[in-house]
Formats: sequence, structure tokens, C-alpha cells
Amino acid sequence: MGTIEKAILAVVTRDMDRVAGGAPIFFAETEREMEHLAFTLEKILDGMAHRLDPVTMIIVRHT
Amino acid sequence: MKLELYTQAVIAGLVVGFLARIRMLRTDYRQYPTYPHGQVIHLSLGLIAAALGAVAVPALLDRDYTAVTFLTLAAQQFREVRNMERETLSKMDQMELVPRGGSYIEGIAMVFEGRNYLVIFSAFITSLAVIIGGWVSGTVAGMFMIWLSGRLRSGKYLGDIAEVTEGTLRFEGPNLYVDDIYLMNVGLVDDQERIQQFGLGIIITPKDKDSRVTISNIGQRQAILHDVSAIMGVYRDTGEPGLVPLSKRDLKDGRLGLLLLPQERDLQRTIEVIKRVPVLEGAVRMPTESGGN
Repeated sequence: MGTIEKAILAVVTRDMDRVAGGAPIFFAETEREMEHLAFTLEKILDGMAHRLDPVTMIIVRHT
Repeated sequence: MKLELYTQAVIAGLVVGFLARIRMLRTDYRQYPTYPHGQVIHLSLGLIAAALGAVAVPALLDRDYTAVTFLTLAAQQFREVRNMERETLSKMDQMELVPRGGSYIEGIAMVFEGRNYLVIFSAFITSLAVIIGGWVSGTVAGMFMIWLSGRLRSGKYLGDIAEVTEGTLRFEGPNLYVDDIYLMNVGLVDDQERIQQFGLGIIITPKDKDSRVTISNIGQRQAILHDVSAIMGVYRDTGEPGLVPLSKRDLKDGRLGLLLLPQERDLQRTIEVIKRVPVLEGAVRMPTESGGN
């Protein structure tokens, strides 16, 4: 339909070397902090948190 | 005297048509048409349809053939009803936590149009019966038509074409499975815990080749999710995108894996509800009827 259906709204990571690009990137020091950041972002952005690998999570809006 | 017979026929047709519409108008758990004004709209349209059907017979018998063109006008009118229903439902759908989905809406809209034609037909037959055989045959025809419209009211249910059983929800890392069917990636431990606590895993196994295609239809799947949420409630809100009821297919054998988040976590009732989900007309496929088989 021409519209973008899914979009990465934010990236939360514990390893800055592994991520780059257009979406806002949030850096976390610990696993706990990463969980907390992702949780807050999920609620604010209304996008779902997915875990890509042990140190990276992305917030994705599905419509 | 002749005129009087015609008047009787029109009245009989009108009454039977209207009764048929009342019989086919049912506001159930779906709360649609909405009560009371949604119902008033449809009863009024039903009355108009009944009048059209009832008047058609005397008009034809008087060799007033142009009267038939009025029926085409009616068809136009009722197609408009379908559009109206589609528009209203699509608008309302945007405000649902678990939307009905396009196929469900099309199905409902189609039903409204179809039922008006049934009303015209009932009124037509009854009016004809009164003119041919008087009141007795008119009453018999009328009762038969009302019974018939009752029969045509409901279609098949999901329980007729598929088995519904419980499945176990489990996580492999962030990945959620119901039995062996992959559902989704849940990133937050918090969401994972809540899904474990409130989620219900369901497996829908198609009974044959035809139903395998039918239940794979995305509209049909959304209808299941919507109905369960409408009846059992849903553990979900805006800003909680992790808690979303969803369905995924096993590509190998066409089974459907469901994650449900009912407010009341009652497995037996949920299974009953799923079995009573209507099979959407737009989702039905009959591959076994093809010449290739």
C-alpha cells in the first residue's frame, strides 16, 4: 500500500560497536539498565521490544 | 373486489417480510447492530424492503411491467446499506483493542444486504400465495418463508471445520512458541512473565484440506482473536504492544497456533468460544471441488 508498516523506532544496546544507523541508539551499561530502558521506551513509543541478540534490543512499531 | 384481494396480498407480504426481518435481526455478543438505534435503522429498511416485495406481485399481475424497475432501484438502495455498514464498522474498528479485521466487516456488511433481499423474496412469495390461494396458502407460505429466513440466518462455525485444543506456551530465549509453532520474539522479561502468567496457548487443527485453507485466511484468524477478546475480555491496553493476541501458522500442516490473553483465564470456555466463531464467507475455499483433484 506504499506506507511503511514496520519501523525501528529505537535501538538499545550494551555494545556500541555493534550498532549504527538511522534510529536513535540508547546505550546501557548493564543488562538491568537495558531492560529498564527498553521497558520505558516500549511504553512511550507504543512499539514492541524485540531482542536481536544478548546485547541488543530494538523497539519496533507494528501496524 | 379485485383491488381488495391485492390490498390483502400487499398487507400479508408486508407483515411476513417485516417478521422475517425481525427474525433475522439479532443483536448478540457482537452488539451489532447496536441497540436501539442501529436496530431501528435496519427494521425501517426491512419494512421498505417488505413493501417493495409485496407490491411487486400485484403490479406484475396488472401488467405494469415497469414496476420491476423499482426492484433494481431497491437493489441499488441495499447495496448502499452495505457500504454504510462497511464504513461505520471500519471507523469503529480503529477504536478496538483487538480489531475485527476487514474480512469480518465485509462479512457483516454482506449479511445486511443479503437479508434485505431475503425480506423482499419472503414478501414477494407471500403476496403471490395470497393472490393465488387466498389467506390459507398465504399463511402457510408466510410461515415457511419466516422459517426459511431463520434457517439461512446462520452459517457454519469454526468447530465444524477444525479441532480446537490447548497448546503449551513456552519461551526459548526471547522466542515464544505454542507447542512447536513459532509465534513471536518478546524482548522484555517483564512481557515474557506476563505472557506466561496470563497467556493461553491454543492449537487449531483443520479437519480437512478445505478447512486448512479457510483457517489460514488472515481475516478469519483476526475474527477468532476479535471474538475471543469481545467475549472473554482482553488483557491489553494502549502502550502495551508486547501484549498482543496473535495467530501463526505451522507451514508444514496448516495448524494454527494462537496466543490469547483473555481477562478471565478459563480454558474450557475459551475453547467453546473459539468453536463458535463464525466461518467467514469470504474466507471459505473449496480446493477439493476443483477439477485438478
